[in-house]
Amino acid sequence: MPSFGRFARASPLGRPPPSLSPDIPMGRQRPSGPRGARRTKAPVAAPPLTSQTRTGASQEGQRASASDILVRIRGLRFRHGARIVFDGVDLDIRRGSVTAVMGPSGTGKTTLLKLISGQLRPDGGTVEVDGEPVHALSQSALFRLRRRMGMLFQSGALLTDLNVFDNVAYPLREHTDLRPAMVRKLVLLKLEAVGLRGARDLMPSELSGGMARRVALARAIALDPMMILYDEPFTGQDPISMGVLMTLIRQLNDASGLTSILVSHDVRETASIADYIYVIAQGKVMAQGTAAAIASETTPWVRQFMEGLPDGPVHFHYPAPALAQDLLTGGLG
Amino acid sequence: MVLDALARLGRVGIDALGALGRGHLLLLRMLAGASEVVRRPGLLVAQVYNVGVLSVLIVVVSGLFVGMVLGLQGHYVLSQFGAEESLGVMVAASLVRELGPVVTALLVAGRAGSALTAEIGLMKATEQLSGLEMMAVDPVRRILTPRLLGGILAMPFLAAMFSAVGVVGGYFVGVGLLGVDDGAFWSQMQSKLDFDEDLVNGVIKSLVFGVVVTWIALFQGHDATPTSEGVSRATTRAVVHSALAVLGLDFVLTALMFGN
Repeated sequence: MPSFGRFARASPLGRPPPSLSPDIPMGRQRPSGPRGARRTKAPVAAPPLTSQTRTGASQEGQRASASDILVRIRGLRFRHGARIVFDGVDLDIRRGSVTAVMGPSGTGKTTLLKLISGQLRPDGGTVEVDGEPVHALSQSALFRLRRRMGMLFQSGALLTDLNVFDNVAYPLREHTDLRPAMVRKLVLLKLEAVGLRGARDLMPSELSGGMARRVALARAIALDPMMILYDEPFTGQDPISMGVLMTLIRQLNDASGLTSILVSHDVRETASIADYIYVIAQGKVMAQGTAAAIASETTPWVRQFMEGLPDGPVHFHYPAPALAQDLLTGGLG
Repeated sequence: MVLDALARLGRVGIDALGALGRGHLLLLRMLAGASEVVRRPGLLVAQVYNVGVLSVLIVVVSGLFVGMVLGLQGHYVLSQFGAEESLGVMVAASLVRELGPVVTALLVAGRAGSALTAEIGLMKATEQLSGLEMMAVDPVRRILTPRLLGGILAMPFLAAMFSAVGVVGGYFVGVGLLGVDDGAFWSQMQSKLDFDEDLVNGVIKSLVFGVVVTWIALFQGHDATPTSEGVSRATTRAVVHSALAVLGLDFVLTALMFGN
């Protein structure tokens, strides 16, 4: 049985970077209370679940109290043109956890993040973040909610006309009245947390892909969000950059009391740092559970995806007529 | 067959109306965000520089040559009637009423408009606009509105520069090379050009063209398919649509202003 626990809750570097110790100042404190509560800084234990393939989020939801759930999705339906992307998806994201959403390319993982953050509107169902119905909010209320979210885009999405320092300072300057000296200190601390304090004067075009994502991560945590959404953070990364990103995601989550939603199709890397995993395909949740539970899943589709088998329920060949028939048919196309 | 053709025609019509609707909604959102440039005037100054100052060279050089050609052609036509002294007013009226606003708008559409479309389209393709939204910053107010207002503000100044340099070009050819009387050139221009009729209408035209050119450029960028091919097509569309809109609107405005 394959194991995905190689990196689970331990740094691939063997120890946390000093800058990520829990006592680093991360900026403004959130008020106490269910909505803005700063959660425990101890590493979050994985939910006590066994394999729950296709049982829906309801069982999970029943076990977790309402205040434990930061993101609650019920009956989500979304279509892109004629293609059904989500067809009644239920999903819960626990506070303080790293939750991975995995699935093959084109299954709507990034779309799910955009639905959670209110960048897209669903055709049906509800998405609640911290108890607020995302798609019923006014623009100003949505923007207030987004100030408590961070998102790491696949491309980094850094503003190309600003250097690294100004990119990280951007949300602080937009949303706070902090003095420039304080902004500088906060930016340097955020950059220190991702190991790029020395790159503060570089322009985005001078950064490698991995560095750009780390700068984007520093920008995403600039306002001390309650939640960070990661869109394919490992795609196209070399092993060192991937290890650094994995460390940062896990340890920022634990040190800062964040909730992380990680969308990826990099099975091994994602499974090693996730507390809970949803596997989605064909518009539905195909499997959910801890990494160990998913690894022991016997459903053919899940097995094919997790083990990267070239053929199975998802066929190697795109649907086509028989080869002999195609070869014997005349024509140029 | 006929039904397919009808369906295609209907789809094209629906797409065109949809784009028109999205364009107008975007314009309203941009105008509604005008308070952003009051709060941060630096944003407007930067865009006046990008759209206006960086277009000065092409506008001035083009204005000079257009004025010189007007001097040559005008002298040829006027000399048939022994009216060479009217060269000044002919050159100035042509520039201030028509060529200044129209050619400047076409030049700005080609230089600054295409750059705006490519910039916004690439910001969309590289998720910078989505990144701003996720930072709770409205990209329309923060990125698009300053560019729209910068374009509107810059256009009349550029058109005025085009006309002024064009008059100098006409003077150089008419007076300097073809021997038209210096005093007649300037005095006829001064006595025949009307401030309201000619100058103000020219400024109104260039303001309208400023709105249209920057609006089309920004909408095409904002509405572009976020791929390299999509941005390329959007840039081409921005220049073509701007040119057609400017020339069409020029006829309408001319008819309204000078039709009687």
